[in-house]
Amino acid sequence: MMGLGVSAIGQGLLYGLMGVGLFLTFRILDFPDMTVEGTFPLGAAVTVAAISNGITPLLATLLGMLAGMAAGAITGFLTTVGKVPVLLAGILVMTGAYSVNLRIMGRANLSLLNKPNLFAAKFLKSLPPYFDSVVVGLIVALVVVTLLILFLNTQLGQGFIAAGDNPTMARSLGIAPARQEVLGLIVGNGLVALSGSLIAQNNGYADVNMGIGVIVIALASIIIGEVLFGELTLSQRLVATVLGSILYRFVLLLVLRLGFSPNDLQLISAIVLAILIMIPAFEHRFKIRRVLKNGVKTNG
Amino acid sequence: MAEAQLTLSNVDVNVAVGETSRALLQNINLTVAPGDFVTVLGANGAGKSTLFNAITGDKPVASGKITLAGEDITRARPEHRAKLIARVFQDPKMGTAPRMTVAENLLLASHRGQRLSLKSRGLKARQSEFLALTKQTTNGLDQALDKPTEALSGGQRQALSLLMATMQEPALLLLDEHTAALDPHTSAEIMALTDSIVRQEQLTCLMITHQLEEALKYGNRLVVLQAGELVADYSGAEKAALTRADLLQYFA
Repeated sequence: MMGLGVSAIGQGLLYGLMGVGLFLTFRILDFPDMTVEGTFPLGAAVTVAAISNGITPLLATLLGMLAGMAAGAITGFLTTVGKVPVLLAGILVMTGAYSVNLRIMGRANLSLLNKPNLFAAKFLKSLPPYFDSVVVGLIVALVVVTLLILFLNTQLGQGFIAAGDNPTMARSLGIAPARQEVLGLIVGNGLVALSGSLIAQNNGYADVNMGIGVIVIALASIIIGEVLFGELTLSQRLVATVLGSILYRFVLLLVLRLGFSPNDLQLISAIVLAILIMIPAFEHRFKIRRVLKNGVKTNG
Repeated sequence: MAEAQLTLSNVDVNVAVGETSRALLQNINLTVAPGDFVTVLGANGAGKSTLFNAITGDKPVASGKITLAGEDITRARPEHRAKLIARVFQDPKMGTAPRMTVAENLLLASHRGQRLSLKSRGLKARQSEFLALTKQTTNGLDQALDKPTEALSGGQRQALSLLMATMQEPALLLLDEHTAALDPHTSAEIMALTDSIVRQEQLTCLMITHQLEEALKYGNRLVVLQAGELVADYSGAEKAALTRADLLQYFA
């Protein structure tokens, strides 16, 4: 039981990178990027294929991330230069990526059995079971979230936020929203591919179907973080997304405990996300928050 | 005569309607001197907003030439023109980033038209400067520096938009009915603030308005657009002598 909890934390941290990547486009730039369903397995496929060909795990992980960034750049090109609606651009790249992933791996499922990977370091192997994923997840999440927070607090980062917040205003200040959109797609999909790469190494294989439904997982991480922690600064929300991802793993654990089959997980994930997204609407309808707030106001 | 700040020569703007095109602006000739505060009047559809969009580059001109501060900007991209032109919109929501704080919005505006770098934004170092800047609004904006702008009132947002537009002394300030969405009291407040900033900084400014009183009271020059053409141009003493009745003829 203890092992399952540790495993959930580790997986939550690794999947959390994907949540953070999607956060850049979904929450800051304010559009749903479907590309991630293709870049998650792309990162996995590139890394596993590279390791199988004798490339060191660290370099292979970087290659996976770069592949994801390239895919994000294609979506960005389609939507900003080609004027393809961003939702469709993402679906196109995601669909195309499926064939690319099959080509890269040469088959639908490629194992890392008896091959080196990032989790096979001696120091990690000396830890109790599943702690390897927690350690790697913590280090990578820490580095990624710190870098993103630093970026968002630069001049360019502030322009990036403004472009998502109010494109008209951004343009009037000389910031081209299209450039920020491409930047967000590249960095976001790089992180999603990094997440896919690490998950594949942790699981010991890459599968061409491992991208199905991952956007729901990423969205759930973001929204669980928001529902749980409420009003936060942008930087804090990145951390909340990682925590949301961990919590989501525990929800899945609980669901499996209740006796559902792993085959039901996609449906349950979709239902959980739908409910989470509907909470604000229902709250609004029943005026729960407003009644509370007004009560406080008249008393104060 | 001093060098002109803004010139429009024979500017035409067309819009495609099916196979043919319709003229939105026809043969506009306008020369604005530095420090001129021009009010722009006209009925709905007269081409006032199109005039602004042509100047900012949001609508391409079919023919003619536009220069600003000695630079030919006829074909320049809108992002490039942002260095020279600041605009305040009618909708208070248009001019500010809602989820960013007042101070963050001001900081962004202080980099108008510049290349944004990976340097730290340095917000803290400028807090006192922003405090002094917002104090002149008298509507509590200085108390809200760390609040997201979506929490502000319409008047506060418009005051912020105005500060953001003017803090970098643009070569041209465009006010697009920027008080029309506000209640009369707030509208008067924002107009007074506008007038004081424009005079103080000696900005060159075009202001679209539907309020005849505003058009008469403010600025040193008044132009009227009718069906895409510039039909009247009063300046100095001529403008000062204008009455409401004189202007109503253009809306008959």
